[in-house]
Amino acid sequence: MTAKIALSDVHKSFGPKDVLRGVNLEVETGQSIVVIGGSGSGKSVMLKSILGLLTPDKGSIKIDGRETVGLARRGRADIDHQIGMLFQNGALFDSLPVWKNVAFRAIQNDGMDEAGARDLAVDALKQVELGPELLDLSPASLSGGMHKRVGLARAIASKPEIIFFDEPTTGLDPIMTDVINHLIRDCVQELGATTMTITHDMTSVRAIADKTALLYKGEIIWQGSTEALEASDDPFLNQFINGLAHGPIEVEGQQLDTTPNAEAV
Amino acid sequence: MTFLATIGAFFLAFFAQTGRLSVFVGQTLAAMLRPPIYFRIIGQQIIRIGYFSLPVVALTSFFTGGALAIQIYYGGNQFNSEAIVSSIVALGITRELGPVLGGLMVAGRVSAAIAAEIGTMRVTEQIDALTTLSTDPHKYLVAPRVIAATLCMPILALIADIIGIFGGFVVGTQSFGFNAAIYVQRTINFLTVDDVTSGLIKAAVFGFIIAMMGCYNGYYSKGGAQGVGRATTNAVVSASILILAANYLMTSLLFSS
Ligand SMILES: Nc1ncnc2c1ncn2[C@@H]1O[C@H](COP(=O)(O)OP(=O)(O)OP(=O)(O)O)[C@@H](O)[C@H]1O
Ligand SMILES: [Mg+2]
Repeated sequence: MTAKIALSDVHKSFGPKDVLRGVNLEVETGQSIVVIGGSGSGKSVMLKSILGLLTPDKGSIKIDGRETVGLARRGRADIDHQIGMLFQNGALFDSLPVWKNVAFRAIQNDGMDEAGARDLAVDALKQVELGPELLDLSPASLSGGMHKRVGLARAIASKPEIIFFDEPTTGLDPIMTDVINHLIRDCVQELGATTMTITHDMTSVRAIADKTALLYKGEIIWQGSTEALEASDDPFLNQFINGLAHGPIEVEGQQLDTTPNAEAV
Repeated sequence: MTFLATIGAFFLAFFAQTGRLSVFVGQTLAAMLRPPIYFRIIGQQIIRIGYFSLPVVALTSFFTGGALAIQIYYGGNQFNSEAIVSSIVALGITRELGPVLGGLMVAGRVSAAIAAEIGTMRVTEQIDALTTLSTDPHKYLVAPRVIAATLCMPILALIADIIGIFGGFVVGTQSFGFNAAIYVQRTINFLTVDDVTSGLIKAAVFGFIIAMMGCYNGYYSKGGAQGVGRATTNAVVSASILILAANYLMTSLLFSS
């Protein structure tokens, strides 16, 4: 069986900065993969490369066995159609009310009428525990957490086969985090979707991951199941999942010195 | 050596920019021709670009017509001033000042607004979001604005023509005591249809430039709020310069034969 998403040797740099340096990763159909890694390690860049928003300098990205690198936008229209994406900052259209945001794809591509679109938006909002009173609000008037959840509702509204979540629970309270974790699990188990989630939250990893991958210095340096994650004695992984300042991981752009008696600057 | 390198870098950047702009214009023209065409959005943009520019354009051309009349009256032969003022005001406004000043005013308003809006959408990833939702930003964002501006500018210029001539008329009849009926008659007799249409054709081109510069600079903006600010400034400056350059070119083409 071919993998749903397969990255091999993906490179991407911005000017002198090498962000991805040979990423290899496979995701099976119906699998929920979680990508963890330090801030600035290139997780969002990897997602955008899969989405075709950034073009890798080198390497191959296959979706359903089809090569997408070098494919023009129109050439991948049918691929785009089965993908949903939650952007790290929501990226809601602030010129449109909430319901038009959530039902955007249905309105634009399927020509759904207003009543149908509003129903669709109500359903999708209910899944992220938001009520219909939000429908006519502008995204600018939402709180940060509500903004993120409306973005989630938009990502799942068209019931796509592949869904990408870029930090779905950042900025949410613990209860809402749990709701969203369940929602992502449901997408996989009930809709049969393939999901790729980026998170910094280890409770989310334990709740949703079939497989976890650690991105460090532009490469996937560890991947495995949740059991393997708990059992692993990989020093990089241990440092990351236990949130330790000291260990083999070098934090970019700063010298970590957390010894208690360090001189204050 | 560094001097040569600087010049080289400048020209490389210039050609890269020109190439990117050409590709952008090409993509937009292609997007205009391929369905779907978003008529609703075109309508909204016509109101935002055309309707809300009316006061600015009207005031600009009223005062310009008035000032032109004063200049011609005192600068010209006062003995035959009635004929000269009416005809030169009519000619100057319809051929040049109506479309050009109108275009520059609309460039200030509309290019800036478009660049700020699309630039903000770029830096907040809304354009990426559009793409992932299977909607072509050229079709959804750029084409409607370019179509609306290209349609609206000739209409704005026509209104500017009428109000500019009216400005000259007010100054002529109120300050210099010209006979109103004769002034109107002279204007009508003197103006030809070509004078007006040449101005309107120019205006359509200016409308295209205005929206294109706003969209282009917004689309490629980067670097947060500061980047959007830079895009806005660049949009207005490049639109204004291109309007003046295109005006010179078109004038020499339209009137040299
Ligand atoms: N469009 C771009 N142009 C230049 N550099 C970029 C661009 N996008 C990302 N980068 C750089 O690539 C690196 C990785 O960024 P990315 O957004 O992927 O990080 P991340 O792993 O998602 O971090 P976080 O967890 O904080 O969201 C950063 O150093 C960033 O500065
Ligand atoms: Mg990120």
